[in-house]
Amino acid sequence: MDFVRLVPGFPLLGVVLVALTGRFLGRRGTALVACGAVGLAFAVALGVTGALLQTPPESREVEVSLFTWAAVSDFQVDVSLLLDPLSAVMILVVSGVGFLIHVYSVGYMAQDPGFRRYFAYLNLFVFSMVILVLAGNFLLLYVGWELVGLCSYLLISFWYERKEAAKAGMKAFVTTRIGDFGFALGIFLIFATFHTLDYAEVFGSASQVLTTGLATAITLLLFLGAVGKSAQIPLYVWLPDAMEGPTPVSALIHAATMVTAGVYMVTRTHVLFELAPISMLVVAVIGAATAFYAATIATAQDDIKRVLAYSTISQLGYMFLAVGVGAYAAGIFHLTTHAFFKALMFLGAGSVMHALAGEQDIQKMGGLRWTMPLTSITFLAGWLAISGIPPFSGFFSKDEILASAFASGQILLWLVGVITAGITAFYMSRQVFLVFFGEPRYSQHTAIHAEHRSVPHESPWIMTIPLAILAVLAALGGFLGPVLEDFLGPVFAASEARQSLPPLNEAALIILSVAAAGLGIFIAWLGYIRRGVDPKLVAARLGLVYRLVRNKYYVDEVYHALLIRPVWQAASVLATAVDQAGIDGVVNALGSIMQSAGRGLRRVQTGFVRSYALIFLVGVLLVLAISTLR
Amino acid sequence: MEAFFWVVAIPATVSAVGVVMMRDTVYSALLLVVHLLAVAVLFVLLNAQLIAAVQVVVYAGAIMVLFLFVIMMLGLGRGEGVKEKLPLQRPVALLFGGAMAILLGVVMSQTTIQPVAGALTPGDVLAMGGNTQVVGRLLFSDYLLAFEVTSILLLVAIIGAVVLAKRRL
Amino acid sequence: MVPVANYLILSAVLFTIGVLGVLIRRNAIVIFMSIEIMLNAANLAFIALADAKGSLAGQVFVFFVLAVAAAEVAVGLAIIVAISRQQGTIDVDEINLLKW
Repeated sequence: MDFVRLVPGFPLLGVVLVALTGRFLGRRGTALVACGAVGLAFAVALGVTGALLQTPPESREVEVSLFTWAAVSDFQVDVSLLLDPLSAVMILVVSGVGFLIHVYSVGYMAQDPGFRRYFAYLNLFVFSMVILVLAGNFLLLYVGWELVGLCSYLLISFWYERKEAAKAGMKAFVTTRIGDFGFALGIFLIFATFHTLDYAEVFGSASQVLTTGLATAITLLLFLGAVGKSAQIPLYVWLPDAMEGPTPVSALIHAATMVTAGVYMVTRTHVLFELAPISMLVVAVIGAATAFYAATIATAQDDIKRVLAYSTISQLGYMFLAVGVGAYAAGIFHLTTHAFFKALMFLGAGSVMHALAGEQDIQKMGGLRWTMPLTSITFLAGWLAISGIPPFSGFFSKDEILASAFASGQILLWLVGVITAGITAFYMSRQVFLVFFGEPRYSQHTAIHAEHRSVPHESPWIMTIPLAILAVLAALGGFLGPVLEDFLGPVFAASEARQSLPPLNEAALIILSVAAAGLGIFIAWLGYIRRGVDPKLVAARLGLVYRLVRNKYYVDEVYHALLIRPVWQAASVLATAVDQAGIDGVVNALGSIMQSAGRGLRRVQTGFVRSYALIFLVGVLLVLAISTLR
Repeated sequence: MEAFFWVVAIPATVSAVGVVMMRDTVYSALLLVVHLLAVAVLFVLLNAQLIAAVQVVVYAGAIMVLFLFVIMMLGLGRGEGVKEKLPLQRPVALLFGGAMAILLGVVMSQTTIQPVAGALTPGDVLAMGGNTQVVGRLLFSDYLLAFEVTSILLLVAIIGAVVLAKRRL
Repeated sequence: MVPVANYLILSAVLFTIGVLGVLIRRNAIVIFMSIEIMLNAANLAFIALADAKGSLAGQVFVFFVLAVAAAEVAVGLAIIVAISRQQGTIDVDEINLLKW
């Protein structure tokens, strides 16, 4: 299974080829190289997973050490790849969904002048993400962690000439940096405690070495990193703004893969989390709170991508709820299905925007069911999946999470989850109804603008084929559940002690959550199709609450007033008083002293050789006198 | 012998002073020849017959011809301009020059000199074939590398002189 | 037998004369000749010490000094010729372009 190194190897090769020789490849060649690299990576990932399945379940763990990165006395860090069921699932998701999105991007970005740069970044991202999930120690994990952050920044502000895009990239970078700081501290603490960063050694000795307090400190710091990267309360603010990037980027990085890195990391380090019950509770509570909170915001947004962004935050909350109650397999299961249906919906949204010349306001869409049949059908599959309608994939994974929460005794968290499921169904239905049903509300002007066609048109096949594949996965992915849990079983064997519920209770839970979803859809249908209730009237009735939700609880404004402005002011004081007056003053003073000294001393340089010779003689005499008289 | 030393040393000193003092450059050059010949005689007194011969041939012969040639070519026979730009230069130079002479003289006269291990008397040198043979053997054995490097130095000097002095290459 | 100190003191005196020549004279050629006097003074000290110490290494050194002096004279005179062509003078006080 040594060839697992090819999984990061191909995308890296792709980056090098596209970045260095893309000029000679042309658009077609660039697309071929970039997609081919990720496609080959996916093929290799399939191969290694198959090889992993050939081995008995207990020994499905292979560590491939590529080279020793740093060795200082007894401290040694290898660049080593760890292949076990967990990382196998992750590389499959990353390279598989990544490949589909690469193909889609070929169509979506076809007219963009930054075509080559885009694919270089995208390949770099796939490489980084694979390194992140395959890392065999915390340091390499951190490297991947920072690399995906970099790629995220580069791709959010891909259209850097747009001020909002540049600002959004910066916001994402700075916000996740707060989390990364905690993550780095957590790794330092692990090293200080274990004197090693290797997964196997840390996890092997964790239960003997760690006290509960220490475990809580380490895991909370690690979780801070996850909160930043996976956009949870209170560091979620960057993700909605990240929608400034190209839509396929939102699908790949800000829905399917990078933002789930936090979930993966918590799952990977679950041995440590198990030792800290408080941290587990924190993870579960923050997850549930974020799920609910982001879902409420999503109900009142009009930007097609922002609704999906808040939805992503909400779904990530579900995943954290799952890992927080110890249902790791369920969390990874939901991660996988979410990657399918959310990537699908983002790509669908991209297709819609493509057709409407970049229009993002769902109030100005409608009736696209007929003009864009393929996009509509695939989007509907995603909608049913995220709403949790059986037998679509989201139903299975979400139900698994809710059942686990219920079984672990966190009834309150379970209740929040069920309510959130209802809200989720509502806002997704609202979006679907506004975009694909009803009367067209897009102005004729926009439509004509779209490449001089009078009606919005279906996207080219290179964009619809990935949509179709993802739609199939989103629809049927749920049946992978038992296989996945069986496969992942050995990784969590030591800790997974899920209390199984009596079948009757299980059935009741399923009916409850499906009922919540149905209720959500029904309300949306009432408001946006039947028009039995006017949404505007409801909004007016709700007044303050609506305004609060509509404006995202004013969190951005609060952060701006409480954090950003003080930092800015402090920085401007430092810049003028300390830097310009103080430090620059000292440097400039030194410089002018030197200048005036030089101006005075250069008079000595008379140009008379004989004077120099005389001074030379005096020097020789001095040396002679000193050496003689001594 | 003692008297002969003074007979040679006094002309050497006087001619050296003359080289520095003469207004006319040609006189300076001719006095320099006298000085070099006197020093060559001193070399003979000190049992350095080969070096004395080389001094006469290379210095008094070749180099001085070069000097005179340049003086004649540039037409620089006349003395220096009257205007002295550095009026203090002469007294200060004489002051420090005198100090150096005294200092060097004191150092020289106080130094005690011990013969080296395996010191050669003039008789020994004669027995080994004479001064020229012994120095020549040294040059081509112990000092061979320095000798060869010197040849390169001379080659470079030739090229350098041509490059510098030629109007147009 | 003449004491070696006599030769050494003579060498010191000749060297001083050379130094004074360099410092006092303004004619580049005379300065050059003064340098030759200094070299000769050093040679004299070498030979005197070689004789006193009974080592022929001193004579070999003088041989090399002569060779270097020859090279130096050749290059130096070439420089003087070049300067004379450029500046029309070889008065070192007139040639003081390299200054502040």
